[in-house]
Amino acid sequence: MLKEIIQPENLAYKKTELMTDTVLSYCPGCGHGTIHRLMMDVIEELDAWEDTIGVAPVGCSVLAYEFMNVDMQQAAHGRAPAVATGIKRCWPDKLVFTYQGDGDLAAIGTAETIHAINRGENIVIVFVNNGIYGMTGGQMAPTTLPNMKSSTSPYGRDVDMMGAPLKITELISQLPGAYYVTRQAVHTPAHVRKTKKAIKKAFQNQIDKKGGVSFVEVVSNCNSGWKMTPVQSNEWMVDNMFPFYPLGDIKVDGELVTK
Amino acid sequence: MGELKLMKGNEAVAEAAIRVGTDAYFGYPITPQSEIIEYLMAEKPHERTGMVVLQAESEVAAINMVYGAAGAGKKVMTSSSSPGISLKQEGISYMAGAELPCVLVNVVRGGPGLGTIQPSQADYFQSVKGGGHGDYKMIVLAPASVQEMYDFVETSYDLAFQYRTPVLILTDGVIGQMMEKVEVSEQKPRWTDEEIAKNTPWATFGKKKDRERNIITSLDLDSARMEQHNHHLMRKYEEIKEKEVRFEKINCEDADYLLVAYGSSARISQKAIDLCAEKGIKVGLLRPITLFPFPEKEINEMADKVKGILSVEMNAGQMVEDILLAVKGKVPVEHFGRMGGIIHSPQEVVEALEQKIIGG
Repeated sequence: MLKEIIQPENLAYKKTELMTDTVLSYCPGCGHGTIHRLMMDVIEELDAWEDTIGVAPVGCSVLAYEFMNVDMQQAAHGRAPAVATGIKRCWPDKLVFTYQGDGDLAAIGTAETIHAINRGENIVIVFVNNGIYGMTGGQMAPTTLPNMKSSTSPYGRDVDMMGAPLKITELISQLPGAYYVTRQAVHTPAHVRKTKKAIKKAFQNQIDKKGGVSFVEVVSNCNSGWKMTPVQSNEWMVDNMFPFYPLGDIKVDGELVTK
Repeated sequence: MGELKLMKGNEAVAEAAIRVGTDAYFGYPITPQSEIIEYLMAEKPHERTGMVVLQAESEVAAINMVYGAAGAGKKVMTSSSSPGISLKQEGISYMAGAELPCVLVNVVRGGPGLGTIQPSQADYFQSVKGGGHGDYKMIVLAPASVQEMYDFVETSYDLAFQYRTPVLILTDGVIGQMMEKVEVSEQKPRWTDEEIAKNTPWATFGKKKDRERNIITSLDLDSARMEQHNHHLMRKYEEIKEKEVRFEKINCEDADYLLVAYGSSARISQKAIDLCAEKGIKVGLLRPITLFPFPEKEINEMADKVKGILSVEMNAGQMVEDILLAVKGKVPVEHFGRMGGIIHSPQEVVEALEQKIIGG
């Protein structure tokens, strides 16, 4: 029955060959799978399949190389921007990206993040911010919101004791090596389309050798870590994450966006 | 004979790196090896060969840049000194796990902690026993002259790519800072993209449509597969132990006693055996050139011929443990060494031999 419906003329969406057939290891409802697909769609559309090298982090997306059908390296925790630097400096005409979570990029890898961006490495960094350490079981992240509960802030993040959430994206946007900085989300079809546009712009900047990092933050959910249903987690994200991490472009073509 | 140059050990490593066709060097300054990156920056290797030289924000970043470049099929190296090597150990462990070739240089200084900037051999353990986390080894070469500092760079690349493993040149502030004449080799070209594709078919330089993607990783969450990988690594190290042991023997033929020493300590011991000869004591010197693999068979054979063995090291006694394992109790084995950046004199070595071995 199903086979009869899926005729070429009825096909509205086809999975890109740049996603493998491996079953995603992410929890149902998580944004990672959507973001993976958008990135691979973009690389296919740019016909950059043969020239792309990705760097996977430590975190939920540690196994990104199982799903992304391009040459990939798995980096030590936080070191993806350094690994990407090593690749890009030696292969300046290839496309190099890192895919990192908040703990990886904004806690243990803060130095590598800031310095790779400050050097203006011509790479794409996709930063998935869900305010929690998902893979290790829901511990506090550098981006965990004030008073937000996690397994290492069980009574809520006490800002006086644990520090305030780190707005790493605003911070790195100040660096001269940041060429394009934007914050997006993937919880609605409209947002998915905007995020895809942003990712495409980021890779196009790299192809055009614009001289700097293109940095795409995606504010995402972690329904398992937040202990909510997928729908609840997206609603919670809109109500709580977006006011603290407002969506939109922060720096475009090397110029800060004034609002 | 090739061109002769008067160079510091650190400069010799840097010049060799350019001339053997290194693609990239990533480093972070630390005494007593900062001349390596300074020399490279001053030489503008980008103009000479297209080689990349980059000062990283830390040793941690530098070794991970090495990881990235090595994983992309490039000939890449880094250098540091003891505290910096400690910081690099995470990356070295990842490289051993992911089987990435690279050349590392440790110009050792005294420790623990910030220690001293003076020479030492106190990093023997962290060099030959793994260093970072997990079951792994790396090949360790110990130069005893500025010429060997130069020559071992190419040797290290050959071994690194043959066995897909990090190779460490373990030296110290004496060899790094002293000047000797060096015969330099002709400039070799860097690998072309075609050579990289041929020599490192496993590397990530872009997935062609007719092949599976290449993945560089040290991770495997499937325990059965991970154990297979561990066994694979152990087989590789066994092969290295079988085929790559290098050492030098001096005056060992009719020796009554044996000194075992590497690097600058071997240079001092060479003088010490001459002083012994003047006294009518027949002492030989066995100088391990590879510290992993260790010349255990040769030391064991020497134990059948001599009355006692003294391990001479600028540390509290590290290599002596491997000598004890090799000798298997056949003859007395003792250690002598100064610490804290103090370099022992040949006379002190002779006195130690007389007191600990001959007199003992």
